[in-house]
Amino acid sequence: MEFFRIKKDIPFMRHALTFNIISLVTFILAVVFLFTKGLHLSVEFTGGTLIETHYQQAADLEKIRGALGKAGFTDYAVQNFGSSQDVLIRLPLKSEQNSNQIGESVMKSLEAEAPGAELRRVEFVGPQVGRELAENGALALLVVIIGIVIYLAFRFEWRFSVSAIIANLHDVVIILGFFAFFQWEFSLSVLAAVLAVLGYSVNESVVVFDRVRETFKKVRGLTTPQVLDHAITSTISRTIITHGSTQMMVLSMLIFGGETLYYFSLALTIGILFGIYSSVLVASPLVMWLGVSREQFIVKPKVIEGANEDGAVV
Amino acid sequence: MNRYPLWKYITIAVALLLGLVYTLPNFFGESPAVQLSSAKATIKVDARAQARVEEALKAAGITHDGIQLDTVGVKVRLTSTDIQLKAKDVLEKTFNPNAADPQYVVALNLLTADMKGALTKKLDSTSADLRTVMRDKNIRHGGINREGERIIVKFRDNETRDKARYAIGDSQPDLLVGETGDASEPKLVATLKPEALLKLGEFALKQNITTLHNRINELGVAEPVIQQQGQDRIVVQLPGVQDTAKAKDILGRTATLEIRMVDDSAGALEAALAGNPPYGTEVYSERGGQPLLVKKQVVLTGDRLTDAQPGFDNQTNEAAVHLTLDSAGARIFKDVTRENINKRMAILLIEKGKGEVVTAPVIRSEIGGGRVQISGRMSTTEANDTALLLRAGSLAAPMDIIEERTIGPSLGAENIKKGFQSTMWGFAAIAVFMIAYYQIFGVVSVLALASNLLFLVALLSMLQATLTLPGIAAIALTLGMAIDANVLINERIREELRSGMPPQGAIAEGYERAFGTILDSNITTLIAGLALLIFGSGPVRGFAVVHCLGIMTSIFSSVFVSRGLVNLIYGRQKKLTKVAIGQLWKPATATVNGKK
Repeated sequence: MEFFRIKKDIPFMRHALTFNIISLVTFILAVVFLFTKGLHLSVEFTGGTLIETHYQQAADLEKIRGALGKAGFTDYAVQNFGSSQDVLIRLPLKSEQNSNQIGESVMKSLEAEAPGAELRRVEFVGPQVGRELAENGALALLVVIIGIVIYLAFRFEWRFSVSAIIANLHDVVIILGFFAFFQWEFSLSVLAAVLAVLGYSVNESVVVFDRVRETFKKVRGLTTPQVLDHAITSTISRTIITHGSTQMMVLSMLIFGGETLYYFSLALTIGILFGIYSSVLVASPLVMWLGVSREQFIVKPKVIEGANEDGAVV
Repeated sequence: MNRYPLWKYITIAVALLLGLVYTLPNFFGESPAVQLSSAKATIKVDARAQARVEEALKAAGITHDGIQLDTVGVKVRLTSTDIQLKAKDVLEKTFNPNAADPQYVVALNLLTADMKGALTKKLDSTSADLRTVMRDKNIRHGGINREGERIIVKFRDNETRDKARYAIGDSQPDLLVGETGDASEPKLVATLKPEALLKLGEFALKQNITTLHNRINELGVAEPVIQQQGQDRIVVQLPGVQDTAKAKDILGRTATLEIRMVDDSAGALEAALAGNPPYGTEVYSERGGQPLLVKKQVVLTGDRLTDAQPGFDNQTNEAAVHLTLDSAGARIFKDVTRENINKRMAILLIEKGKGEVVTAPVIRSEIGGGRVQISGRMSTTEANDTALLLRAGSLAAPMDIIEERTIGPSLGAENIKKGFQSTMWGFAAIAVFMIAYYQIFGVVSVLALASNLLFLVALLSMLQATLTLPGIAAIALTLGMAIDANVLINERIREELRSGMPPQGAIAEGYERAFGTILDSNITTLIAGLALLIFGSGPVRGFAVVHCLGIMTSIFSSVFVSRGLVNLIYGRQKKLTKVAIGQLWKPATATVNGKK
């Protein structure tokens, strides 16, 4: 099997401006949605209500989950607590109700589907992740950005590092934008997926840039857009096979993984798609516009002191 | 050219074997367990303790799935959570007949801690502050003491009392000050304002949560859930069969440090031992057992510490803990040492509500600079533990463990099964595709991917990490990067073959070229991982740990293992004319933008 029978380099750079405008618009929209709609944070971030119930016989957790779902509750967690008869239910905090009211309505909905529950206590629970996560997270992100910029500048060229980091952040912001626009639940697992996407995206940019550098070094007489086109074309089979495979995995999680993995794999899917797009069609034009050229990659021959024009030393 | 020396093959084989050994236990699933470990450094949990556990369970008629002795203690696996609770009670009774002085820690995996005493602690430190204020303003007082939830200050006359009241109001806006006592003995009574009380409670709870996080999750892989529940409770959830006993021990240990003065006046100690201690003093025992009369007035508390490190005494070579005080602490310490030359100072370590005098040296000269050393009949382990507890931050309020339960998984079994199966299907699909597309090299890639997973799971098992969703996300990322590495290698080899290289050369060149790319992309993502590891907290850190480990295993398996396999298959064939890497399509003329 050989999927990719590309005879000539695909002229990606000819449409560079169009791609970047699309990107910019998506990015701005994402930022706008983030500010106007905000993220729908899960109970892990907001805290909520805890209800402890007791059954005379072993409790059927699936039935309890079903009852809560039917009664219109979302984002609930149902767990055994201490013994098989004790059940712990956790719900996110809705601003219009207080804990006791939620407790009553939960007990009412349980009565229909899983009768025999006895209310032990209703209490407020704080968020699982505190404010320091956000503060430390912001600091961590800053250090990630600086670290990557420095490493790529050292291994490649500053133009590459700047373009790569712009493309990566663009991906992350766009995923967040999707979650804000559709008001999908932003939970800890989605946060993890976003971090994973950051990793994928960096990886993607580096692979393409690596080829750009190699082409600059090996092939003479090409213009910068031609070099970029060649680098992208010769890695395109790898790009598509790699991400196709990864996406197969993620898709399998999305379709068969059940509700827990749903948003997690959704975030990964968006991230992978935009990761390819951004590193191929956003980062590369940026490098071009920042003025990358062959000279930056060729080690200048050492000028020996006293040598004549032919380089001969007497 | 494509041959590995024997030692490389052996290294790979040994790594795979080790991976398998550490991964295997994961396939048996988790069962409820009760863990027993020592509560004191001097008591060792050994084979004898294991035998005792076995006996006790047998006597109570509890059947178990196995008893295991490891470096931290004894773990008993049980069939159900109901039996688990019973077993815990039995062991608690056998090993800790005296509940007030526990020798062992018996633990499950959910703890609820209650906190009281934030108030008394705050009032104690406020009293110390008041003393400083009075001294600075030259106001003479007849003693400052905490009585219950109030601070009482005595004076000689009304005039000084009024002056003091003014000074207190200025420096301590959180205090509500009232006057009592008669003209012969005027007093001021200070209590905390209600809003300050509320703020204090909230602050104490927040600080305790942070401290617990630091203490329990030093490595970042334990993924404990620590959250506020109700007004004054903290729930600590530890997933899986972890080292709960250690967590519980550390949780309960509210090591706070206090520096107080020793009352060495003649006859005072004898009077105290007779049950009649002089006013404002109490008896503590020194290490070694001698009683010592210590003033109730606290000079300094652990709040003033900025660092605590274990080390050794320069002169005696005894184990010691080196403390660094903050600037306010250093100033107080300097003042106190200057004023009390030739008197004794006691350094108390208060653990589990009980104080112990670690050392009570005589002050020879004024000590400035804020560097203090505690030494005195400590073992190295003790010095290490003490330093950790002091460093991890002191708890704003001492806590008691009020409840301990086992908690079921928050996801239904159905959900876990679905998630696991979907990942399996995904992996199978990738395997089928890779083999169809790259043939023999596809098989090699799939084996390399599988070994990567094996190594990663083995490493995580060695670290006793629990897999949570962030961890799984990191594994997915690792897998994605490992796939990428393999595809990069295979595509490179194809490219070299396409440009007319002989197979052996193409394999060597393909691996070499791809390695540069793999290294660059992995190091870049590793930088991201390390930054998240160092600066992130909670779940972000859990993600980062798995991610960083995953990059290591991914490089090893996709470069080393996969190359080893290919060498094993093709390396010995001298006249290799064809390799099975899938169909190769060659353009009529290989061109680069029309240029050859």
